[in-house]
Amino acid sequence: MSARETVLGGLRRSLKRQPGDGAEAAVEARLRSRVRGTVPQRGQLSGEALLQLFVNQAEGVNATVTRVASSDDVPGAVADYLRQSNLPLQARLAPHPDLQALPWAEKVPMLELSEGRAAPEDRVSVTPAFAAVAETGTLVLHSGPQTPTTLNFLPETHVVVLRAGQVAGAYEEVWDRLREVYDGTMPRTVNMITGPSRTGDIEQKLELGAHGPRRLHIVLVEDGTEPA
Amino acid sequence: MQATSHAFKDNAHRALQDTELQRAMGHVRSGFIDKRQQAADRLPEFEQLRDEAKAIKDHTLAHLDLYLERYEAKVTENGGKVHWCANAEEARQAVLRICRSLNARTATKGKSMISEEIALNDFLSEQGIEPVETDLGEYIIQIRNEPPSHIIAPAVHVTKEQVESDFRRVHGHLSPERPLSEPTQLVDEARQVLRQRYLDADVGITGANFLIAETGTSVIVTNEGNGDLTQTLPKAHIVIASLEKVVPTLEDCSTILRVLARSATGQEFSSYTTFSTGPRRADDPDGPGEYHVILLDNGRSSMLGTEFQDMLRCIRCGACMNHCPVYHAVGGHSYGWVYPGPMGAVLTPSLIGVHEAGHLPNASTFCGRCEAVCPMRIPLPKMMRHWREREFEQHQTPPKARIGIEAWAFLAKRPRLYRWATSLGVRFLGRAGRKRGRFSNLPLAGGWTAHREMPAPAGRSFQALWAERQQRSGGAP
Repeated sequence: MSARETVLGGLRRSLKRQPGDGAEAAVEARLRSRVRGTVPQRGQLSGEALLQLFVNQAEGVNATVTRVASSDDVPGAVADYLRQSNLPLQARLAPHPDLQALPWAEKVPMLELSEGRAAPEDRVSVTPAFAAVAETGTLVLHSGPQTPTTLNFLPETHVVVLRAGQVAGAYEEVWDRLREVYDGTMPRTVNMITGPSRTGDIEQKLELGAHGPRRLHIVLVEDGTEPA
Repeated sequence: MQATSHAFKDNAHRALQDTELQRAMGHVRSGFIDKRQQAADRLPEFEQLRDEAKAIKDHTLAHLDLYLERYEAKVTENGGKVHWCANAEEARQAVLRICRSLNARTATKGKSMISEEIALNDFLSEQGIEPVETDLGEYIIQIRNEPPSHIIAPAVHVTKEQVESDFRRVHGHLSPERPLSEPTQLVDEARQVLRQRYLDADVGITGANFLIAETGTSVIVTNEGNGDLTQTLPKAHIVIASLEKVVPTLEDCSTILRVLARSATGQEFSSYTTFSTGPRRADDPDGPGEYHVILLDNGRSSMLGTEFQDMLRCIRCGACMNHCPVYHAVGGHSYGWVYPGPMGAVLTPSLIGVHEAGHLPNASTFCGRCEAVCPMRIPLPKMMRHWREREFEQHQTPPKARIGIEAWAFLAKRPRLYRWATSLGVRFLGRAGRKRGRFSNLPLAGGWTAHREMPAPAGRSFQALWAERQQRSGGAP
């Protein structure tokens, strides 16, 4: 008997599974209905209040946020952030059309950009986000040809360009959007990122930058699209 | 690992004398409890979410066979492979086969308690594959050659001075002038050393906090980002998970996530919650080329349908040990196997047998704090009582305790005799201890008086005083 049959057989015995006991129908119904649990009131906001909650929550977990009025302001905001953080004006960009369309060369000609997955020596990455969750100040990113996952973890500084319309109140709203965009399948990786890397493993003392990015900076673009 | 749970008493005695350990454990007593309370207070729906989280797991456990089949089908559909393993040996062999097929020489590892349970590191080393723990706490205990002492903070028993001396011993490149006395400097040092290991590894092994049946997804929850580097950079990602980790949908996972971090570290949400589904896609620029799930039973299927089924709801947050006065006093190593604290006292006898671990359920004052904070509302004290009963039935209780319990039971069943005997005892002890009001040694109670004094009784039993009071106020005695 294979291990699979041994384990499943053991489970069925312990559960006293009978043919026609309705269990399969219950499982099917549960998986189809995708019933939501209690969604905290905290995130049930819209407009500016929702954005403000997101910003407060993100800053509460040591991320930094710059709000800009239009996507044309993003290159300048990224360059300003690098200067303020005493970082070289270099960045690895996710090969995503939203980022490629920004006026980098025109606005910040001295910023040296390259595209693709992260290399070990890259110090700064700039990526788009799929969504964000105001409830806990969480960014949602996923893997794909235009969004390599290594950009989210290898460089010491991760800059995320987020549009106001991408900010949701709760995780559940993001799952629905993801199902809609990807027709029910999941990308290889979905990263929920809430602040920069941290550890408390030495005497419970909080230290930022354990293995992932030491700094997480969010450029929030308020280009007129209302948050959902 | 070789279990020493049978020696809990000796382990605990040693731990109480260990000043370094006692200093380190002070951080547990002060840190976790306040942070959890504050996080719970900030979310008005917290108690309701605990009820819902419990209900999700109860539903899943009642249909576990079916959800696992659905989960497996989805993993396969996404190009991954599920390896069913009935026991630890099968799981080790499955990991080895994957490593061999890739000619792997090193494997980086995210934190996984199941890996500890199947003693994977020692096994891989024997087979010539170097395991590299990447979670800072796990890395520290790996170089100290110790097991974890806490399920989410494995090196919580180690002081920063000890970490410094371990790093100086193992990291040959360190100049003696380089300062390493502060946590920041130690974290930087580990970051630099492990960076190269991620890039060199052939295989990345992580645990899983959840498996999602709807999508065939495994989920890890970390703060350091080590799990993500571990699973993204090598050729293959191996997930090691026990079968009760499965939940139906992404929504169910979200509900439980809302109570997990709050209960564990007092964070609203951990820094990185990562959902992995299959290997990298054809047009993905990075990610692992293979995705394997080692799905381990190791005794869990036989807990279903028994009085210990509730334990399978456990999401390994560590709140029970963070709030346990016994754990605070003796630390995690005293429990002698992988899982310490109240959850370990219940789970360990199930997994390695009541003969080896029957003593652990006795390591409780039954104060009930573990159950009060458990996000999954697992009745831990009740289950410890089940084990105590079983230990007694199987005649494993030591003779002295057995005689004591039997003598007490004899008296307790005979109220008149009981009242007579206790009032005699109380009168005698009350008189003997009148002068000092306490005893610093007592015959038959040396175990108690070795560490603290026994207060002298008032001279009359509670029942006698109560009866007198009722009579005085005119009520029935």
